[in-house]
Amino acid sequence: MAAHEASAVAKLPTAPRTRLQVPGSVNQVLKLTRAQFGEYLSSRRFVILVGIVIAIGGILTAVVAYFRSSLVSSSSLAFYGSLWGGAAGFVIVLAAVFFGGDAIAGEFQNKTGYFLMGLPIRRSVVYVGKYIAALLASLCVLFLFLVILLANGAYYYGGNALPWQLLPSVLLAVVYLFAVLGTTFLFSSLFKTSAYGFVLTAILFLFGFTLLQDLVQGLVKMEPWMVISYASSAIGEVFAPTVNWGLGGTIVSTRIPTGPGRFDTVTSYTSGVAEGLAIMLAYFLITGVVGLLLFEKEEFA
Amino acid sequence: MTAPTIEATGLTKRFGNFTALDHLELKLEGAKCVGFLGPNGAGKTTTLKMLTDMIFPTAGECFINGISVQAERKVALADAGVLIESPEIYPSLTPRQALQMIADLRGLPARDTKGRIDEVLSEVKMADWADKRVGRFSKGMKQRINIAAALVHDPDVVILDEPATGLDPRGMAEVRDIVRGLKKRNRLIFMSSHILQEVVDVCDEVALIDKGKLLFYDTLANVTSKFAGGNPTIDVGLARPLGSESALQDIGALPGVTSCTLLEPKRIRLRFNGGPDGREQLLASLVELRIGVTSLSEPVSALEEIYLKQIEKGD
Ligand SMILES: Nc1ncnc2c1ncn2[C@@H]1O[C@H](COP(=O)(O)OP(=O)(O)O)[C@@H](O)[C@H]1O
Ligand SMILES: [Mg+2]
Repeated sequence: MAAHEASAVAKLPTAPRTRLQVPGSVNQVLKLTRAQFGEYLSSRRFVILVGIVIAIGGILTAVVAYFRSSLVSSSSLAFYGSLWGGAAGFVIVLAAVFFGGDAIAGEFQNKTGYFLMGLPIRRSVVYVGKYIAALLASLCVLFLFLVILLANGAYYYGGNALPWQLLPSVLLAVVYLFAVLGTTFLFSSLFKTSAYGFVLTAILFLFGFTLLQDLVQGLVKMEPWMVISYASSAIGEVFAPTVNWGLGGTIVSTRIPTGPGRFDTVTSYTSGVAEGLAIMLAYFLITGVVGLLLFEKEEFA
Repeated sequence: MTAPTIEATGLTKRFGNFTALDHLELKLEGAKCVGFLGPNGAGKTTTLKMLTDMIFPTAGECFINGISVQAERKVALADAGVLIESPEIYPSLTPRQALQMIADLRGLPARDTKGRIDEVLSEVKMADWADKRVGRFSKGMKQRINIAAALVHDPDVVILDEPATGLDPRGMAEVRDIVRGLKKRNRLIFMSSHILQEVVDVCDEVALIDKGKLLFYDTLANVTSKFAGGNPTIDVGLARPLGSESALQDIGALPGVTSCTLLEPKRIRLRFNGGPDGREQLLASLVELRIGVTSLSEPVSALEEIYLKQIEKGD
């Protein structure tokens, strides 16, 4: 009887068996990124964002078509300088707020974080995996915008009238995206409610930083090198007739009349290309490290 | 081959100056199901979240299969399947995609993954929904997917926080079947619940917690025999106050009745060991005594009595 029982038990799998080999963290980041990216692409907000970018592109196309007579006299350099250089920063901020504003806060609010946190993964894997996925989704949107402009450019100037400046400018825009997204992720990890993360990052990037930039340069009359939005002027600077590739900003002083015979000087700055790049990288690194450290200590309470 | 274990030593969690869990000492070992029973707010979820490194202990440490969760979350959680706080799944994913993501992150061999996903999905009766987006699912359907997610890698240690939450009665019964199946396959299951019956139905052992303190941890059989002689209580309702002391003695002398007390003038509490068949006879005998019996309550088990008492004290 005892022997019979023993053999019956032996047939059952005995625990613990050979332990599963959990993939390394880098490998897990890639796997999480793939799943998150798929999730972003099929999300409603991606569709909305694509809609917004198509609308912006459509408006620009219509405006360009309306003023086409004056285009003839200007170069493709001026065309890309004003359209890409002027609007890429806005598209980047929009994408970063859409995908980054509640990236971490939403994990708490929607309780999706609990689905991941019981897994054998480091907290930082979740943060980095989500970051890369948001980056890829934002890049899709940014390149969609670029394609719309390229189509317009090709129509008016011919397919091979691409100024070489477009390449460094696009690269700068991508680095700017790294920095802006890193910053939105950091702010997002400070909140446990999607709406707060969303609203705060939107306010910061759509008004806050530009306001701060204006205060610093207009009132303090100092170069606002500490403000992330200032760095974005490098994206357009590349197209300038004489490019400031350096680390120092260019001062632009404008005299504005304030009364009969009286003038005031308004000082503003444009960042040098290397300077803009340095600011972007600094924001990317600092917000990345701080965000990761905060997330490591975050409780899913 | 060692048996699966879950261990908490000096585990304490304070939120501000509120102590949600107070120096929990608990070691679960071997293939069995342990119920973590306690009223709402007792500290069950808090405990399970520390066991899985979702929140950090104020003091103490947890171990899964001897590996510190706090020091080595990634290694410790590799052997565990976890369902805590009914998580939400990314709404645009299908169950298959969500489970695929989990299997990938856990390192399930690619050749086994598809078969295993089909297996757990049918185990939780969601095979027909495998390729529909989770976003439209009801709470109960999502909970089934959550259970599947906790089991997809066939873990040695299974930690479930109120797994029947959001399920209809049939779903609850199915969860119990799943847990019984796990037990048969020599897994250690630690399952929290505020519903006594759920624990009694599937668990071998019970840890009772209230207000952050562990009251006892023992086998269900021991709990039942240790307290109140193991006999369930039955309350008898009367139409009129019981006339005399001798009537109470008569009742106490009926077959199967081990004790008998007058709770209120019109209510008597019996301890009864006669089983379901004896109950029919008990009712007939009570009626014969002509004391005005109007009702006979369902028997209340000893554990239930203890649990109810704890909750009453809490309120
Ligand atoms: N993040 C938190 N902040 C403050 N108090 C909390 C937090 N989480 C839980 N609590 C409190 O701790 C106690 C135990 O909660 P919990 O572990 O969720 O109970 P149970 O799961 O047993 O119902 C409750 O009184 C609850 O209000
Ligand atoms: Mg709970």
